[in-house]
Amino acid sequence: MNHFPEFASRIAPLLVNDIDTDQIIPARFLKVTDKAGLGASLFADWRFQPDGSPKAEFVLNQPQHRGAGILLAGNNFGCGSSREHAPWALVGYGFRAVISTSFADIFKNNALKNALLPITVDTSVHRKLSELVLNEPSVELSVDLESQTFRMPDGGTVRFPIDGFAKSCLLNGTDDLGYLLRFEKQIEEYETMRFGSGV
Amino acid sequence: MTKPLTLFEKVWNAHVVAQEPEQPAILYVDLHLLHEVTSPQAFSGLRARNLKVRRRENSFATIDHSIPTTSPNITGGDQLAARQMEQLENNCRDFGIRLYGVNSPQRGIVHVIGPELGLTQPGMTIVCGDSHTSTHGAFGALAFGIGTSEVEHVLATQCLLQRKPKTFQVRVEGTLKTGVTAKDIILALLSRIGIGGGTGHVFEYTGSTIRALSMEERMTICNMSIEGGARAGMIAPDETTFQYIAGKEFAPKGASWLVHLNRWRSLPTDAGAVYDSSVTIDANALTPMITYGTNPGMGISVTEPVPDPAHVVDSLDRSALEKSLRYMALKPGEKLIGKRIDVVFIGSCTNSRISDLRLAASVINGRKVAPNVRALVVPGSQAVKRQAEAEGLDRIFKQAGAEWRESGCSMCIAMNGDQLEPGQYAVSTSNRNFEGRQGKGGRTFLASPLTAAAAAVTGTITDVRTLLND
Ligand code: SF4
Repeated sequence: MNHFPEFASRIAPLLVNDIDTDQIIPARFLKVTDKAGLGASLFADWRFQPDGSPKAEFVLNQPQHRGAGILLAGNNFGCGSSREHAPWALVGYGFRAVISTSFADIFKNNALKNALLPITVDTSVHRKLSELVLNEPSVELSVDLESQTFRMPDGGTVRFPIDGFAKSCLLNGTDDLGYLLRFEKQIEEYETMRFGSGV
Repeated sequence: MTKPLTLFEKVWNAHVVAQEPEQPAILYVDLHLLHEVTSPQAFSGLRARNLKVRRRENSFATIDHSIPTTSPNITGGDQLAARQMEQLENNCRDFGIRLYGVNSPQRGIVHVIGPELGLTQPGMTIVCGDSHTSTHGAFGALAFGIGTSEVEHVLATQCLLQRKPKTFQVRVEGTLKTGVTAKDIILALLSRIGIGGGTGHVFEYTGSTIRALSMEERMTICNMSIEGGARAGMIAPDETTFQYIAGKEFAPKGASWLVHLNRWRSLPTDAGAVYDSSVTIDANALTPMITYGTNPGMGISVTEPVPDPAHVVDSLDRSALEKSLRYMALKPGEKLIGKRIDVVFIGSCTNSRISDLRLAASVINGRKVAPNVRALVVPGSQAVKRQAEAEGLDRIFKQAGAEWRESGCSMCIAMNGDQLEPGQYAVSTSNRNFEGRQGKGGRTFLASPLTAAAAAVTGTITDVRTLLND
């Protein structure tokens, strides 16, 4: 069974470079002890007025982009803090993929562990996608992890890189911890080698 | 002949437990640090899978992010923060992990107490659910921040799945001029390579300038490696490192010390080893640095004007700069010197150690905090606080009109009630000037403890060298 089947979705363009995790989810929302509910605070300071009402000009508040499952962001998305609350908030809001020209390392790792696809494209594809969605906000992109491609509305497909291990975890519905636990014996041997037995 | 290796490669190779073809390496973790904000969901995960902590003696926890700095036991009615702190206490009790809790005299910011206790040692792999774990690389450890899922992996297996990063040499040569500090070196590097410049890499800082730095200065530099996109930054251990560690609570003792010393001496990068990238910085040419924008790569010499977006070619880069200047309410080409500020924050895991406080006190001593400024001095740990008080630094700060606090992350992340008001300008010794980082709507200029202290006493952004030459 494919746990990450192909999906099609509209795109929310947030064409800002270097979006840091403090913008994705400000620190004051980190005082939680579970993962649920963070979607409500996604991009809180860009999305809401001080009184809590939505800022009309922010992309996620525009009717044509509501419900989009793909975020199109500027370069170097997810820099800054290691907070996994960032992908939790994006997924909680309903995003399934983020497209950028590059991702910060920790964010990318965290995203893949939460079934949020970090899709890296080159600048020309990025420009094309930006123009496309700005001209036609209702455009849908079809993303297929198995073939590592997304289909443009004009029928062209674009291939994207993804870590092979993370990909198989997503497709098979397994995770890192399950894999790591299989190496119990090797870990024990390593510890004996380093610290001796019976320590 | 064996292939010459870098410091990073030696530490990496010594920690690979296993690796299947095409798969990430299983990397063993020697030291796991925990704090209240990024750990609760990891412990819940362990409970859900009915797993134990594999090796309790490799994990240490503290409470730093949301702890009040007025008095550690008063949460100001913040029920959420109180619950999170309580949960860490419960988790540590249930799983048998050593906690430096609210009332511990050894409590402090996780990246300050690790080295202080002698937990941080050369050649180790060190992780924490916190991106500034890179700090510990100053000792020649491979130290990097991880997400909460990975915190759970380490608790359960003492291992992590990792792809091997590339290496990036940052060579710093020359002698720092008066008024120029380690913080200025790292801000200069970031302004040069940008905040994504080190993505996928581990920095190794080398060169005569680095060798001449104290451990605390080295920590300041490694701390902000993540601000360049590098998850880790390392410095080869040397006599300075060994002297710092010797005698600390968790440092090896007696015969074991000699065994360790021997091993540590073999860690520095071999002659002829190759890095994937490199950059050289001329320390002689450095001046006090300050950031003007909303990421740590947006730094200039304090005497330079703010850059003009009109000169930026790429449209996304240009709009990023425009957006930053709008948020900071700065004009293109504006000089920062003389700009009125509202708050000075001296603290954070970048610059809250005793030498940082001494530097700040040297400028503030005999002067007064300007009437328009609120100055907050927050030591990095209770041990730093005690040391500063023993030296009388607290009196210098208090007599000048600055607030002297208990230790914690405080206004670096504004989770504990210490925060900027919307629109306020702060000169801060912390590491991030992202929008709202120090409080919603607050505007941050990052700088060294010297430059921050200068701003405190003049009430404006100041070239600290003009005060030092008095
Ligand atoms: S002082 Fe700031 S950067 Fe350092 S650990 Fe605390 S919140 Fe993070």
